[in-house]
Amino acid sequence: MVGLVQILAQEGGESAQAIAQTAPNWFVQHAFLIPLLCFASAALTLFFGKRTPGKGPVYGILALSAGLILALGVLWGIAHNGANYEHDITWFTIGSLQIQLGFFIDGLTGVMLLVVTSISLMVHIYSLGYMHGDTRYTWFYFVLSTFTGAMLVVVLASNLFELLVGWEIMGVCSYLLIGHWYEDHANSSAAIKAFLTTRVGDVPFMFGIFALVYATGMTTSNIQVISETVAGGHVSVLLITCAALLMFGGTIGKSAQFPLYTWLPDAMAGPTPVSALIHAATMVAAGIYLVARTFEVFIHADPIALTIVSIVGGVTLMLAALLALVQDDIKKVLAYSTISQLAYMVAALGLGEAGYPAAMFHLFTHAFFKALLFLGAGSVIHAAHSNNMSDMGGLRKHMKWTYWTFLIGSLALAGVPPFSGFFSKDEIILAAKDQHIYWLMATLLIGAVITAFYTTRMFLKTFHGEYRGTEHLHESPRSMTAPLGVLAVATCFAGLLGFAPVGAPFLDWVYFGAPEAAVFSLPVALLSIVAVAVGIYSGWVIYRTYRAKDPTLNLGGFSTLLVHKYYLDDFYFNDIVRPIRDTWSAGIYWFNQNVLDGAVNGAAVAARSGSGVIMWIDRNIIDGAVNGAGTAMETFGKGLRLVQTGKVQWYAVGLFVGVIALSLFIFR
Amino acid sequence: MIRLPLVLVFAALLFSCGVYGVLARRNAVMVLMAIELMLNAVNLNLVAFSASLKDVSGQIFALFVIAVAAAEVGIGLALVILLFRNRASINVDEVDLLKW
Repeated sequence: MVGLVQILAQEGGESAQAIAQTAPNWFVQHAFLIPLLCFASAALTLFFGKRTPGKGPVYGILALSAGLILALGVLWGIAHNGANYEHDITWFTIGSLQIQLGFFIDGLTGVMLLVVTSISLMVHIYSLGYMHGDTRYTWFYFVLSTFTGAMLVVVLASNLFELLVGWEIMGVCSYLLIGHWYEDHANSSAAIKAFLTTRVGDVPFMFGIFALVYATGMTTSNIQVISETVAGGHVSVLLITCAALLMFGGTIGKSAQFPLYTWLPDAMAGPTPVSALIHAATMVAAGIYLVARTFEVFIHADPIALTIVSIVGGVTLMLAALLALVQDDIKKVLAYSTISQLAYMVAALGLGEAGYPAAMFHLFTHAFFKALLFLGAGSVIHAAHSNNMSDMGGLRKHMKWTYWTFLIGSLALAGVPPFSGFFSKDEIILAAKDQHIYWLMATLLIGAVITAFYTTRMFLKTFHGEYRGTEHLHESPRSMTAPLGVLAVATCFAGLLGFAPVGAPFLDWVYFGAPEAAVFSLPVALLSIVAVAVGIYSGWVIYRTYRAKDPTLNLGGFSTLLVHKYYLDDFYFNDIVRPIRDTWSAGIYWFNQNVLDGAVNGAAVAARSGSGVIMWIDRNIIDGAVNGAGTAMETFGKGLRLVQTGKVQWYAVGLFVGVIALSLFIFR
Repeated sequence: MIRLPLVLVFAALLFSCGVYGVLARRNAVMVLMAIELMLNAVNLNLVAFSASLKDVSGQIFALFVIAVAAAEVGIGLALVILLFRNRASINVDEVDLLKW
């Protein structure tokens, strides 16, 4: 690579210096290969996919297998060498502002690389079965690979503009995949809704970037430099607070937090593997990742910023968890649970340094079990040909493999020990207790009860009782069940990485400031186990036997409120979308008809009269010149032919006269 | 030894006679003969200069020209015979079909 090459081997904190500083290994230095492989596979899929045997998925699967190995190498390098690694080249320079292209590796990056590559690989393999025979099969794999590459760019980006590029490519891929079956109008509407709603969050995000670049004196958008500048104490707290809150706007959009979470349930219109990859495990985690990556900004902002983050997390957590209670569509239950679990992470980030590792740990475990649940739901939908749990029931007998893996995922989501969700959720509750923010702790615990309840409800309605549909049930093909198995294993053991009694290596990789000693608090663990037990038991009691009318719909006004999604969608549609669409679009129509069309028509009229002039010039001057040349030649030829008499002696006269003239000219 | 200018003047007169014959005579045979006059005027020049400059290559050239002239007259007379058979005339003024 040519250009300015910087290698910043920064210490991660005081205690990180104690860790033996060895050179970063090959994998860390070449981490940029992972997204490049993804983009290369996307290009191959697009250009050669249809001509490749198997219609193209082979490129993405190979690239991600290689990517997974590279990601494991990076994580291994980080585990053996505490130093962070950064490598930048100058992209372009505007005045004093130098925009770089590069990548930054620390423990968080390593963990995210592992999550993205492994889950994306599983989804690629799973889609072999799920998307089999789809009309846009190759295109689907192209977008999937592009999306993965973009997410990896976000994860690796060493500066905010680079991160924004990946962020926006993800948005486009999300749009394309939600609207994958765009023949159905509802799907394309959902795609537009998701795109526009996240865009509402992206605008403040961009202004947040501007604010941070301004804070560095318009010199760089490098995240590490920004972090140092912000920590340096020379930037006004007001500016930092504004920047933090604006950046958080991006998170609210991308990670589907209140009040912009409404797009995510609709995004379930996309194919289920997409829901698993994008709208559960990775893309929605990008918002959380963004806050974590720029956490110095949040830490050094006014405490009100982190409090707002906590409040948004807490509110979203409750709202989404309650909405999950009344859904009949299995994917929507999972969608609301995703929003709710993301809100756990946001709430934990709002706790500051103490919550940071807990939030990231929950992101890590959640990615695996939520991908597992979505892929399991996809397997169920593949068999039952319906998204509605009222058309399911009793699938346990027909789909053993899906049943057991889905059970593991559900237990992890509900937070039953020893599955991964328990450990990470426990960490967050513990962090809230340690910070003495008891209202949040209570919210988290109530959220845990509701989570356990709706998970039980979903599980029992889907797999237990008698089958209520009319389809001939069958287990899904091996390409779909194998990823379920792999993810189930990951779900079982990922939680142990953060479990204090076994050393909690996760906390050595992902930390803010300095690595913390892992703590395990038995009282808090017991409290969360009790909460989970209450949720599961009440769910079991209510949903042990199937009722045609769901009991959660018998709560009067509360049920009505939930069924109408707090009227938030109606509010957005009636009070934001419709006024804009109706009045603005009327104005724009007028403008279009009169001004734009006037301009267009005027241009046409001008062009017509102009062309008349040009026609005259063409006919008379240009054609005249052409014809004149012809006529002149003809006249000249007519004169010249008189000379050719056919009388050979005249020619001889000419010859001799010419010789004499020539000799006179020469000898003068 | 005849003086060189004398020979050159004689050759020039001979050449002029040839030019006149080519341009003015109507009979094709006469035109061919006039061409021979011009060629021989040139031969005379070549031989005269050869003798004057003591260089034999002029004479070789003259012999070469004589050979070519013989061939030329052969072809020319053949053309005249064909012309006479077709047109019953060897008047060059009447042979003017090759024009526009």
